[in-house]
Amino acid sequence: MTIRTARNLRRASQVTFFFIFIWLVLKTTFDVDFNPAEVSEIQLPYPVSIALEFDPLTALMTLLASGSLYKGLLWSLVILVPTIFMGRFFCGWICPFGTLNHWMSAFKSERKERKGKRLLDSNRYKPYQRIKYYIFFFVTGAALLGSLQAGLLDPLPLLARSIGTAVLPTLHTGALAMTAAARNTGITPIAAVAGGIYDVLDVAVLPYRQAHFHGVLLIGVLFASILLLNRVFTRFWCRGICPLGAMLGVFSRFAIFGLQKDEEACGGCNKCLLNCQGGDNPIVGSKWRQSECHLCLNCEASCPDGALHFRFFPQQEDTRENPAGTAEVDVTRRKVVGSLAAGVVAVPLFRSGDAFEVKRSAFLIRPPGSLPENNFLERCIRCGQCMRVCPNNALHPTILESGFEGLWTPYMIPKIGYCEPTCTLCGQVCPTGAIQELSFEEKVGDDDTPPMRMGTAFFDRGRCLPWAMATPCIVCEEWCPVSPKAIYLREETAIDIDGNEVRVQRPRVDPALCTGCGACEYACPVFDKKAVYVTSVGESRSETNQLLLERAT
Amino acid sequence: MERRDFLKKTGPAVALAAVSGTTGLTFHNREPTARRTVLSKTASFEVPPDSNFPILTSARNEDPAAALNAALEGIGGIGRFVKTGERVVVKPNVGWDRSPAQGANTNPALVSEMVRLCFGAGAAQVTVSDVSCNDPRRSFLRSGVREAAESAGAEVKLPAEEDYGEIDLGGSVLREWEVLRHFVEADRFINMPVIKHHNLTLCTIGMKNLYGILGGRRNRLHQEIEQSIVDLAAFTRPTLTVVDGTRVLFRSGPQGGSLDDVRIENTVLCSTDQVAADARGAEFLGLDPDRVGHIVLADRAGVGTLDYQAAGYKEII
Repeated sequence: MTIRTARNLRRASQVTFFFIFIWLVLKTTFDVDFNPAEVSEIQLPYPVSIALEFDPLTALMTLLASGSLYKGLLWSLVILVPTIFMGRFFCGWICPFGTLNHWMSAFKSERKERKGKRLLDSNRYKPYQRIKYYIFFFVTGAALLGSLQAGLLDPLPLLARSIGTAVLPTLHTGALAMTAAARNTGITPIAAVAGGIYDVLDVAVLPYRQAHFHGVLLIGVLFASILLLNRVFTRFWCRGICPLGAMLGVFSRFAIFGLQKDEEACGGCNKCLLNCQGGDNPIVGSKWRQSECHLCLNCEASCPDGALHFRFFPQQEDTRENPAGTAEVDVTRRKVVGSLAAGVVAVPLFRSGDAFEVKRSAFLIRPPGSLPENNFLERCIRCGQCMRVCPNNALHPTILESGFEGLWTPYMIPKIGYCEPTCTLCGQVCPTGAIQELSFEEKVGDDDTPPMRMGTAFFDRGRCLPWAMATPCIVCEEWCPVSPKAIYLREETAIDIDGNEVRVQRPRVDPALCTGCGACEYACPVFDKKAVYVTSVGESRSETNQLLLERAT
Repeated sequence: MERRDFLKKTGPAVALAAVSGTTGLTFHNREPTARRTVLSKTASFEVPPDSNFPILTSARNEDPAAALNAALEGIGGIGRFVKTGERVVVKPNVGWDRSPAQGANTNPALVSEMVRLCFGAGAAQVTVSDVSCNDPRRSFLRSGVREAAESAGAEVKLPAEEDYGEIDLGGSVLREWEVLRHFVEADRFINMPVIKHHNLTLCTIGMKNLYGILGGRRNRLHQEIEQSIVDLAAFTRPTLTVVDGTRVLFRSGPQGGSLDDVRIENTVLCSTDQVAADARGAEFLGLDPDRVGHIVLADRAGVGTLDYQAAGYKEII
């Protein structure tokens, strides 16, 4: 096989894995067929989170933080073990975010910084490429104390989260707006073409109901910034920030596959450096860095003199003109310890002040089956898969509801969507077990087990129509899905504006029956600030966040 | 400066100014354009009264399809209601993500049989739809209605944003409101409610089931629930009301959730008079129809007759 064929294979691999990843994110939605006569639980037809389970950083960090490797995360060894021998092939061949950054870097620029000598210089190994190691050791330190911060910058969760919660909803809104604008022109051909395009999109990718997420601007801006940085520095993210790349760099320490340079053959054309993705100095005369190389093969394929060769057990002799390659990571022991220590210190800092359990927002309603908060934060990688799969658009990324530490972890906003009592999809797609997979019986409860509770509903009697305005309503009671209903009614006499006595049914909550699903809050007609609302107290996952001395099952 | 030069230099600026000015004047002070879809009812769904038949029939049978057929025969058979080439919309209650046994939705066996009967009578198209309360995809799946309707050849239409339009319902509470297109753009409308308890209206049967043709924020309608039900019934006037009394949700309505809330009655009612159907149905919940607000109000408004015995009622054993 020639090196050009190998490079084309790499390109095909990148395209394939990129589209598989996007397809999996698209399929993380309520797109199922199910026959209630056969199964009680709705199951997704595809293992939509499988791509995330191949992520070695997610695996290592959840292992360090929680002490266990959840279900499919064992797949990560499929990436990690070959890396130990080969180096960071994942970054160059598989990583869908790496591919996106590759493409963003690749297309032509008119700026002179992106050409010739300036580009050549920017492709040499730079000190900023150490930052990713500091980040990696920082999140490792935090994980050691049970706070999983890696997910914020781990490329696979980051891409799933950005595409799922920011990009796709934006595209959907854009498609709708443009179709509407085209129709409103009143010009038939334009309207027809726009309608046709929309119909194709509708069938091909658009979901039945597009979810929209709370506060995704930050997620979108971060994503766009990372992509745009490629226009200044080739693969800035992969070279400088990515903690997964750093981890794979560290694990390449003993790789037996690498670059061999032939000083004699080199004609000094610089093409290897011009096409370098990793910033790893493939050029003769500089020290090649195993831990930075993505194995994209561009250097070897573009070398006209046959001076560069990737091979097992490369001969890397150190001469004055051509320093040997190295598999060492360019970070001093002191910096490693410092980064780890910073991560370790960050966790108590996050959690200092009020007691950990007290500091959380009362509206931090975690998905059903979520682990207790401290265990939840050991595992959640903020990939947003639960948010995407929720058929009711109930789950959203937090901003500060669970503190700085829990940025972008999922919580329910019942005003936007409630938790469907019979649904267990969020637990099915969670790749790390932060949300445990529930059976139908565990979710709704049966004679022996109580239902899964997320919180408790409370009435705001100053806003509730029968309580404050002598007006009949009880939509909340109609929607309460438990039987017997957790919202009960008492017919009472209210006085209306004319002083007449009116009989109205006034709703109340029985906290022993309420599961905190939020259906009442969702359905309440007092639209802007609901007259019934759910807070997290009473949630099954917490022993302390309770209100009743004894709770009926 | 030459005149020619002057014109050349000022020409583009003048042209741009002219376009700007014309645009401004053209769009100045226009009424905000209504960009809403406005729908209208394409046909009167009702069939003319026929003194050969009772207005309400009831049949009992453990087989829901057999009960439906018996009740339908008694009131004139499907041929009286659906003619060759007509577009029929069937409106079961698929409000909730509940299984058939829980009694919160219309029995799927009745829906599939009804669809089959319509096609048997020559219907060109049978559509089954409902604006569910819970997620429609889940509700149509778990209720078994999607499977039942599709296997019988009907087209199941889940409510989609682009299928809503505004309509003047002409009621005293319900005037301009969003309605799902499928329920007004048809020749025949078959209402297929299930008998359920409801704390505000005491019961939800046929007329209340029509809430499911509405979009918009219908949770506000509870404030004038009786009048809005009557308005909606007076607007819709279905061809036929087929009441599912196979399972009756006698408490914790309209969602139920426990099998203990359900009583098996194995009954199907067919009626050309929605008030009569509701009055008979209410009795399954132990209610006196004379004391059910919206039924009484509908009777007074002339939507139908509460006293079904006098108007013509037949029980088929």
